[in-house]
Amino acid sequence: MEKIHLQINGRNYHLEVPATELLVDTLRERLGLTGTKKGCEIGECGACTVLIDDKAVNSCLILTAQAEGKKITTIEGVGDYNNLHPVQQAFLNHDAVHCGFCTPGMVLSVIGLLKRNPRPNEKEIREAIAGNLCRCTGYKQIVEAVLDVIGQGEKNI
Amino acid sequence: MARYAADYSLPHQLYGCVKYADYPHAEILNIDISEALKINGVEAVLTYKDVPGENRFGLIPNIRILADDRTRYLGDAVALIAARTIEIAKQAARHISIKYHKLPDVIDPRESLKEETIKIHEEGNLVVHHKVLKGDIARGFKQSVHVIEQDFSTPAIEHAYLEPEAALAYPDEQDGIAVIGCLQNIYTSHKVIAAALNLPLAKVKIIQSTMGGSFGGKDEASTLVAARAALLAVKTKRPVKIVNSREDSMIQSYKRHPYYLNYRWGCDQDGRLLAMQHDIIADSGAYCSMTPFVTWRSVVQAAGPYRCPNVKTDVRGVYTNNNYTGAMRGFGSPQVNVAIEIMMDKIAEKTNKSPLEIRLLNGFGDGAVTATGQKLSHDVSLKQVLTIAAEKSDFENKWRQNRSKENQSAPVSKGIGLSCSYRGVSLGAEGVDAASAVVHVQPDGSINVSSGIIDMGQGAQTALAQIAAEVLGVSMKRMRFLEPDTTRVADSGPTVASRGTIMGGGAVKIAAEKVAELIKEILAEKHKIRKESLLLKNEKIETKSGKRVCTFTDAVKLCYAKGTPLFANGVRYIAETDWNEKTGRGNAYFTYVYGANVAEVEVDRETGKVNVTRFISVHDVGKAINKSMVEGQIYGGIAMGTGYAIMESFIQESGMAKTINFDEYYIPTALDVPQMESFIVENPDKHGPFGAKSIGEPALEIVAPTIINAIFNATGKHIYNLPASLEEVLLGKKLRRDVERGSLSCKPEV
Repeated sequence: MEKIHLQINGRNYHLEVPATELLVDTLRERLGLTGTKKGCEIGECGACTVLIDDKAVNSCLILTAQAEGKKITTIEGVGDYNNLHPVQQAFLNHDAVHCGFCTPGMVLSVIGLLKRNPRPNEKEIREAIAGNLCRCTGYKQIVEAVLDVIGQGEKNI
Repeated sequence: MARYAADYSLPHQLYGCVKYADYPHAEILNIDISEALKINGVEAVLTYKDVPGENRFGLIPNIRILADDRTRYLGDAVALIAARTIEIAKQAARHISIKYHKLPDVIDPRESLKEETIKIHEEGNLVVHHKVLKGDIARGFKQSVHVIEQDFSTPAIEHAYLEPEAALAYPDEQDGIAVIGCLQNIYTSHKVIAAALNLPLAKVKIIQSTMGGSFGGKDEASTLVAARAALLAVKTKRPVKIVNSREDSMIQSYKRHPYYLNYRWGCDQDGRLLAMQHDIIADSGAYCSMTPFVTWRSVVQAAGPYRCPNVKTDVRGVYTNNNYTGAMRGFGSPQVNVAIEIMMDKIAEKTNKSPLEIRLLNGFGDGAVTATGQKLSHDVSLKQVLTIAAEKSDFENKWRQNRSKENQSAPVSKGIGLSCSYRGVSLGAEGVDAASAVVHVQPDGSINVSSGIIDMGQGAQTALAQIAAEVLGVSMKRMRFLEPDTTRVADSGPTVASRGTIMGGGAVKIAAEKVAELIKEILAEKHKIRKESLLLKNEKIETKSGKRVCTFTDAVKLCYAKGTPLFANGVRYIAETDWNEKTGRGNAYFTYVYGANVAEVEVDRETGKVNVTRFISVHDVGKAINKSMVEGQIYGGIAMGTGYAIMESFIQESGMAKTINFDEYYIPTALDVPQMESFIVENPDKHGPFGAKSIGEPALEIVAPTIINAIFNATGKHIYNLPASLEEVLLGKKLRRDVERGSLSCKPEV
């Protein structure tokens, strides 16, 4: 077992986890943060995307122990129904949420993009979400939602 | 926050998994579970002998919850394990030893019906044989100036819903069982699970969780996961959760049917069709899921939206030892549309016409008679959608320019392609077409709407709530759609066949109208006015002359005060179809929709890579209840169809699935999809709520042939075997890899 410290959604967690435990399992199974989804477990689908120190990462490809001391943001830390993040609100406005299973990872990838590049063009948006598979939307409304957020000027992304 | 099936947990729960078949086709002689039971933490190991009721289910009930006499594909479960952790459960699976008598595998569906081929099921290898016959096919070919014959094949396709199947089953407080699952057809699952447990339906409750995509895929495949969790929960008297990994999902679940099609068409010198003959084999895989219905849609639509006096179509569904196949978005139409629309371009080429001209020449107009003898009595908008698609894309000019030698021999060649289709709406003559809904206005004026129609991401909840809001004249802020469970709403049939809006919406409209009627009666009595003169709109009740009576909220309060709860059930039932299976004639569907697509591509002639640059999709939806959601369906259909055209193939070799995760089963990413434009045409239909018909499946069903026709325009070469992968475009054949899958070594328990 590894003793580790994580800062998740602004809260401090002191955990003891097996050395082999994946971050996605710590989040979902140990902490009940089920907003992070499992879609492939091999880093192909992006449903488990979280931010680690503001960078979008597949949480199925990182051991929890590797995240020692890091700042982690999951979808639960982004916004909630009555207090949506601008990216989430734009997704809703553009009907970019269909089945919703890819949405948490997609939103975090977009937030990760906007943190390092506040004014991406369409190609940069598509590249940033190319690791997030969506079977429902054809991505068009998602890209439009992101362009809309950028058009609104710099909010607190 | 949305909660999906895998997000639910209960105290004291166990984790379930399956022991897979070791061979695609083998008799099961003995199953030894004794070693598995000795492992610390294992709470139950079940085989088919432990199923208290019916182990088999399905349209032809031969799908096994647990393999009994034989294994028939590698996704069969031979045993079930419940353990305290998933790791222990998987370890136990490896300690189950099974004695088999290996049988020959049937892999190629074209071999399945041969005399010498081993029978996979007692009744033989033929699942179904549908026919359509019109006119005199021999005479038609005799009269023809040109006759074109071509073979086509389409691959198995994985639904690739992002959420793998999952279920949590738990004993309830009264000796019954509840199952939370992601199920496309909760009413079917309900019956299957109750029968398996040998419990009355009233003791089994199915709770629908938020569904992470389905596309037709979460019917039997999800029912199996739910039934297996329920069996383990009953045995252990504890909650049992089964969550499929992506590999579990791809290995177990059914796919879109692979088709082998032989098309032979004859026409006169101008390209008018005189004879159409179609011989089609559909691979049903190991079991019968929806094969009889899927192939029925194929046989009805195999001649496309084209007039022809002489038609003969045969579609046979056959068993093999591949993954079983079933419902997937399109449901038997994407396969035949590939053949139809490529054939149409070949006829155009032969008779020196453009793809648009040949379709306008042969396409259905008002009052046309289909291959099954049905006279179309609605607005037949085929030529309208075709014309719009061609105009918006400047099709004719681009098509002619691309045929130049310079373009077709350039390193990157441009192409443009066109397709169109008609599609029967809802179930058609294949099933009882009825749906139920409940509208419940609460005493404070907030409104619950529920229907047995499932929202799997297509937006059914929003569309249905909008319909109720429209009828009651109130804003969407009042509406709350409840996830269906089997104790709340009566059987609504399956959410398939793009019938959610037209049938579920129809039921909601009836229920809402009943509630509106109750409100009007109470108000009419109080104010001594005729109820016929009252209108519900803009959150108010007013008279037709515009005099305000009261607010909606006050009207609701009055109704409750008068002892009239505002609760109503609506049932929409349409029975205007008929079918004669022997003659292959009849009114197959009560109405049809029409669509036309245009694709533009760039083909790299050195690598064979096809880049779909632009896609225009035109659909007559009857009436768009929610425009943005209709567009969403269209864009999603374009993406999925692009995958079908150039990327996707669920590959099996000797029954062994090779593409079992997204590292090898490729679906389009944000970088693979074209720029998309959609154009919605509205010709309201008398059957639908406010004239609405459907869009989910039409959006997908001709995307692939549109892209294939564009590749032909770019290269002068037709593609007949999907997908148009690099090697298919460059070499005209598929290349196969014969090395072991890398990631299997990372996941030894799979």
